[in-house]
Amino acid sequence: MTTRRSAFTLFFSFASVLLWLAVPSVARSNDAIPVVATFSILGDVLKRVGGEHIAVTTLVGPNGDTHVYQPTPADARAVRGATLLVVNGLEFEGWIDRLIDAAEFDGERVVATKGIEPIVFGGEAHHDDGEDHAEDEHVAGQEHAEGEQVADVDHADDEQAGQGDHGHGTHDPHAWHDPSLFAVYAGNIADALVEIDPGNAADYRDNLAAYRTELDELDAQIGDMMAAIPEARRTVVTSHDAFGYFACAYGLSFEAPRGLSTEDEASATDVADLIRQIRERRLPAVFVESIGDRRLLDQIARETGAVIGGTLYTGALSDPDGPAGTYLDMMRHNAMTLRQGLEPSGPFGK
Amino acid sequence: MIWEAVFQPFIEFGFMRRALLGCLAISLGATPMGVFLMLRRMSLTGDAMAHAILPGAAVGYLVAGLSLGAMTVGGLIAGMAVALLSGFVSRVTRSREDTSLAAFYLVSLALGVLIVSTRGSNIDLMHVLFGTVLALDDAALALLCSIASVSLVTLALLFRPLVLECADPEFLRSVSGLSAVTHFGFLALVVLNLVAGFHALGTLMAVGIMILPAAAARFWVEGIGGLVSVSVAIAMLSSLCGLLLSYHFDLPSGPAIILVAGVAYGLSLSIGPAGGLLRQALASRRLEA
Repeated sequence: MTTRRSAFTLFFSFASVLLWLAVPSVARSNDAIPVVATFSILGDVLKRVGGEHIAVTTLVGPNGDTHVYQPTPADARAVRGATLLVVNGLEFEGWIDRLIDAAEFDGERVVATKGIEPIVFGGEAHHDDGEDHAEDEHVAGQEHAEGEQVADVDHADDEQAGQGDHGHGTHDPHAWHDPSLFAVYAGNIADALVEIDPGNAADYRDNLAAYRTELDELDAQIGDMMAAIPEARRTVVTSHDAFGYFACAYGLSFEAPRGLSTEDEASATDVADLIRQIRERRLPAVFVESIGDRRLLDQIARETGAVIGGTLYTGALSDPDGPAGTYLDMMRHNAMTLRQGLEPSGPFGK
Repeated sequence: MIWEAVFQPFIEFGFMRRALLGCLAISLGATPMGVFLMLRRMSLTGDAMAHAILPGAAVGYLVAGLSLGAMTVGGLIAGMAVALLSGFVSRVTRSREDTSLAAFYLVSLALGVLIVSTRGSNIDLMHVLFGTVLALDDAALALLCSIASVSLVTLALLFRPLVLECADPEFLRSVSGLSAVTHFGFLALVVLNLVAGFHALGTLMAVGIMILPAAAARFWVEGIGGLVSVSVAIAMLSSLCGLLLSYHFDLPSGPAIILVAGVAYGLSLSIGPAGGLLRQALASRRLEA
């Protein structure tokens, strides 16, 4: 075989393989509507509202980190074949727009946080409970110790100006940590499902109503649990700023070395301030997260004598047989872990 | 004032002391390697290695779950394999060292991505594997210090053949059997320093502290002994200043240290006596009639 002939053969076989790969393979169940959710928490509420009328595919599975997720070709295929795509919005999924373009998605897209007034990181908090203590902490940005707020006004301003340059925008996307806001998620999803499948609208509405009842119960339960923690001890130290909405809803304050995304790098000032706070307030416990790297928190715990109070689930559910397999389980687990860690009469009490 | 600015952060906080110790250890271990990498025109090896270790970390994760030890050991093995294979290929074929390294690290990276994807892991392995200088625990510090010691001892033993290998490898091969030992020993040390650096400090810091001080030192001294000493000094100073800047001005630590080293490089480039821009400008003026 001449070199030229073998070159042509090689070229044509590559070309035909590429063409074959480009043919989309659509395998659709005739009954269930294919729906794609970006991450496990959205997948859970979708299943609750949609029931057996939909087939849910979740892109970022249990224990996955959506902040830094990189989509795969399988994800693109799933998105392409979907009738409905549910995203969180508020720039949580920085990769989703590119995936939608690449997959040539032409179905319906619903932003689960539509209608929710987001917390602006480093700015005013949006909540009505008049908890001045928590509000101050929000306004100046979660990285400064209380005592330094007055002296560091200029610094805080600079930081607010600089927040826009953070890799993930200035809105806090973690709105699912407040059950009353999660009811809005469920409502948006139900509306979208009714729109694409009016035949089963009654079922969707019923499921929504039932879920909303459960969410209200959850809200009351968590409220009671948090109210039992004395005011002086309502500060939680965790890995990244995922709990803004939870803090607003239940009157706690959260501190973290990293910012809104697990991708942010901590500065020595952040860590130093946190350590000072923990020492001054004699906080007994810090809480690691199920995603990301816990070594920085371990370091802080080591230096302050605080213990690791438990694992909180922030951006993903656990495996189905783990402690946070569904949204409701996750919220209850988080609340119980926090309560046990912060209570003076708890196992870590001082 | 000086006390508060320079010493007080380290006195008050254990994590600052550890960060400084970790940086000093890696300056002693990795920066001399950087000098030799620079002399052999292999300065981009560090970045290549950061990608090459992925399949090793992936296999470590498959075997032992999210254990940093297993993933680091796996990464080490993968890095060594890539470095040694590319070294071997460059000695035995017409492929140069940088080409063979590029080829092997790309294959390694692709393999790593494949392994991670087929296993269907949701966890970003590399994110978990790469650390930060502010979070050094006892194990990480011990790792960094031992690797610094091993590097320095090996460097002392292999100093003369290593220098000769950088300057004239064919000559060394013809007169001594130490050529292969030196070549592969050096590559192994580089991988060791890099992987430990990634684990403890993250990619940016590990690679940056290896290359930038060496590049800066080039403009101050000519002799190899001088290059190693000056680069280690620049690395240590950059670490100290970077940590202090991070502490006082709320900057992320790794990038702060590397940027200080970068400023040192810029200064050296401009005003360094050995080939710096200013010196060149002055010299050329003197030559004009």
